[in-house]
Amino acid sequence: MQASISLSMASPAIIRSDCAVEFFSINASKPLNLRFCGLRREALGSTALKQLDSSRVVSSRRKQSKKLSASLSSNGSPSKGFDYDLVIIGAGVGGHGAALHAVEKGLKTAIIEGDVVGGTCVNRGCVPSKALLAVSGRMRELQSEHHLKALGLQSHNSQEPLGYFKVSAAGYDRQGVADHANNLASKIRNNLTNSMKAIGVDILTGVGTILGPQKVKYGKVGFSDNVITAKDIIIATGSIPFVPKGIEVDGKTVITSDHALKLEFVPDWIAIVGSGYIGLEFSDVYTALGSEVTFVEALDQLMPGFDPEIGKLAQRVLINPRKIDYHTGVFASKITPAKDGKPVTIELIDAKTKEPKDTLEVDAALIATGRAPFTKGLGLENINVATQRGFVPVDERMQVLDTDGNLVRHLYCIGDANGKMMLAHAASAQGISVVEKVCGKDHVLNHLSIPAACFTHPEISMVGLTEPQAREKSEKEGFEISVAKTSFKANTKALAENEGEGIAKLIYRPDNGEILGVHIFGLHAADLIHEASNAIALGTRIQDIKFAVHAHPTLSEVLDELFKSAKVSL
Amino acid sequence: MAGLLNIGTTFIPSSSNLLRNPNSLPSLRTNNPSNKTLIQAKIREIFMPALSSTMTEGKIVSWVKSEGDKLSKGESVVVVESDKADMDVETFYDGYLAAIMVEEGGVAAVGSAIALLAETEDEISEARSKANSSSPSAVVAETKMEKPQETVASIPPPPSPVKVSVPIAVSASSIHPASEGGKRIVASPYAKKLAKDLKVDLGSVVGSGPMGRIVAKDVEAAAAAAAAVVVSGAAPESPKPVAQSAPAKVSGSPGIELGSVVPFTTMQGAVSRNMVESLNVPTFRVGYTITTDALDALYKKIKSKGVTMTALLAKATALALAKHPVVNSSCRDGNSFTYNSSINIAVAVAIDGGLITPVLQDADKVDIYTLSRKWKELVDKARAKQLQPHEYNTGTFTLSNLGMFGVDRFDAILPPGTVSYSTSNSELLTLQRSLQGAIMAVGASQPSVVATKDGRIGMKSQMQVNVTADHRVIYGADLASFLQTLAKIIEDPKDLTL
Repeated sequence: MQASISLSMASPAIIRSDCAVEFFSINASKPLNLRFCGLRREALGSTALKQLDSSRVVSSRRKQSKKLSASLSSNGSPSKGFDYDLVIIGAGVGGHGAALHAVEKGLKTAIIEGDVVGGTCVNRGCVPSKALLAVSGRMRELQSEHHLKALGLQSHNSQEPLGYFKVSAAGYDRQGVADHANNLASKIRNNLTNSMKAIGVDILTGVGTILGPQKVKYGKVGFSDNVITAKDIIIATGSIPFVPKGIEVDGKTVITSDHALKLEFVPDWIAIVGSGYIGLEFSDVYTALGSEVTFVEALDQLMPGFDPEIGKLAQRVLINPRKIDYHTGVFASKITPAKDGKPVTIELIDAKTKEPKDTLEVDAALIATGRAPFTKGLGLENINVATQRGFVPVDERMQVLDTDGNLVRHLYCIGDANGKMMLAHAASAQGISVVEKVCGKDHVLNHLSIPAACFTHPEISMVGLTEPQAREKSEKEGFEISVAKTSFKANTKALAENEGEGIAKLIYRPDNGEILGVHIFGLHAADLIHEASNAIALGTRIQDIKFAVHAHPTLSEVLDELFKSAKVSL
Repeated sequence: MAGLLNIGTTFIPSSSNLLRNPNSLPSLRTNNPSNKTLIQAKIREIFMPALSSTMTEGKIVSWVKSEGDKLSKGESVVVVESDKADMDVETFYDGYLAAIMVEEGGVAAVGSAIALLAETEDEISEARSKANSSSPSAVVAETKMEKPQETVASIPPPPSPVKVSVPIAVSASSIHPASEGGKRIVASPYAKKLAKDLKVDLGSVVGSGPMGRIVAKDVEAAAAAAAAVVVSGAAPESPKPVAQSAPAKVSGSPGIELGSVVPFTTMQGAVSRNMVESLNVPTFRVGYTITTDALDALYKKIKSKGVTMTALLAKATALALAKHPVVNSSCRDGNSFTYNSSINIAVAVAIDGGLITPVLQDADKVDIYTLSRKWKELVDKARAKQLQPHEYNTGTFTLSNLGMFGVDRFDAILPPGTVSYSTSNSELLTLQRSLQGAIMAVGASQPSVVATKDGRIGMKSQMQVNVTADHRVIYGADLASFLQTLAKIIEDPKDLTL
């Protein structure tokens, strides 16, 4: 079956190779968005080659998909009579990844978007925040006179060194920084839209609602709804910032990441509620731009999601030396925006006893307490599905489960809406996995192979299990684990950059060389993690990967050293 | 990084580490010569070790041993978190862990006691009572430093050790609308950090930020005011010149409550003792006015090659000292001259509210360009708090310049000496006499109307220098001829660039 697909796909690819060139010239900056959102690059490459003009190949594709579903439908449900093979509700990174892969697989695909293409990642998340973090990284370099001097660079306003010294202050234009973030988001959004249009994905505007099995309506408010049918439906509606009870968001002084990314003002003192990825990245941005930051964290430790050892080191580098203080083990029970000349007030209560603990008065508060699934109005009740804390329940193949725990046929949910792993590239990977499945190739995504990164300066990245998680698993399943560590201080490239602060940590099974988790804190950690995540995804063992050669001198040698320092007893 | 470094440290951090941090001033605790006799200590203090060159305080991650546990030499006692890593700290003595003075999670300054170690079981209770008597200060590192050195079991604690009672200063706190009449202190995160570093009590700081919030500059102002109250910034811990004061931000002094009596902080107490100690050295002063037109012209000419005025002055002084070795000598025992073999010019630099004296070694021999580069390097290191001890405590003559503040003349105090510990044994104490017999205060060079011998009146740039010297070894005529030589060199500075 699969062989026949690839054969029939291969021939048009050759015929249309001339169009491929044209496609790339139109969307020259296209690969950029892929990198930002962590999509699979090869998915695009093959898409571009094989499926350029969907209208021209529609008939052949339809044939293929019929052939496909006919052979798949051992239970006898034909795909004949559907408007689409696949309808995706939500054009975020997850939906985009699924759409691209679906077209590649020959499915007639539509994507419904009620807001803007690109979703949270592109418009209100990873993408604009990277623009702000790029600014913060450069600010930090320019502000670190000592660091510059160590490299032999001179700043112009150093004084005669007798007496007091002034640090030359790097300045910034807030609106300029905000524009950079906004421009980047619109550029990536256009790239994303064009990439789907170019391969013939129908982009339907409006809010999508499931009417029944394989039936969806969409439409703008005030307009009549359109009803379409599809053989398979993917819910990819994503998430919105989670705001706990008692917190009044006014969008000015009490804000979420949605507002913060617009950088409408840089407060002197901002409290950040939550010290996960979002909070940490914003603390990096705000402190670089001159704000002082107070973290409010409900758990007993800052950065609770990270491997404890990495978190501790990160705290020493990213928190302690900066203008940041923190309250841990407390909830922000009530936050009132600034008004009538009064500051933002934050009432803190003990996370365990609920006793009032303290009151903070700050210029602004950023609520970074995580994200809540955006699944309201999806019409799930029409198909007997109930959300759990807002999340759509799914099995390991992203198939939606109904209230009785039975599979809802032809309905899938990917990304933040299912809550399995709330990362843009995880959503995309899940989407690709679903498309594989509906095309007849059973696929289960290994979430332990999905890397995560926090783009502070320096960056933090991880894949797989943390050390405590690995220990728990090893005790349950009865195997040994070992930990290996290498320092950036021993890496030539890191030292050349004068950025020796950092560590890479490997958690593995010494008996068979399986990689259980890798955690990196240091220069370009987010780019370095992929060697480890690919190894986990492909099942590569340490005893094999340690023979892979790394260019010298590069930061990648940190991982090379890490694998070489592991002791596998084989 | 935890676990990678497993360095067993001694109980006593090396003197170099102690001296490096001008704020912690740990050497002063044992600045009492009577301690020399107390070698038979049975109860030892376990100190917070310096685990890295930049560490100023450490956090107790966990106590590996509990009170009453028997310890043998080399065993891990406590895990300390420094600015860089967690490290196990081992004991260098056998004995019993008698009393833990800083609990897990507590923070203590490098060199302050964190526990008591008794040699025998009988002494445990004694040690505990001692620990209790000082327990109020046990958690707050800086107040603990006040505790007089008492490593001897047989001597009862002094009647009433002057403890710093942390002023709660309810009334003086910020006028913040929501601070509930001063009960709550509202300070920004950086202000809190600075207050901790500069040892400023936030309760006594008046906030100038939005809605009366205390911000960083309020803390800095309070610290500057406090420093100005202390005898002009005396740096007690080493051969640092004493007459340097932090640039006077005295006016306004918002942290001071008029009509109140405020006890010395640790640092202020140390300064006070060292200043009294300096009275044991019979000093005298000789001043001189030097015309700097030629020097200024030379500076202008070679400035582009990276030469600094500091290096020029140091070089000139060194060349003059080479011709007057007695001014480069010191009196260490009251009975002899010690002629220093090299001419090392220490230059006082005010830094981060403190003061340090980077040393230009062999300043008479090193050429002016190398000297200038060396000076830049030293200043960078000083600012990064990375000076090695030999880079700041080997001066044989000190230059102190307040000219950049417009000061035209002042007078420096000759630092009496430097205390150093033996690195491995807390009881050993040597009071090393200063290497230097003189210090020179340099004022601003400014245009003056000058009458010359040929009856003309002209405009010349002049600066006043004032040397303070130890009269046991350096006499008036020595200084006079030294200054004459110096003036000649500065007024005809061609030798400086040789």
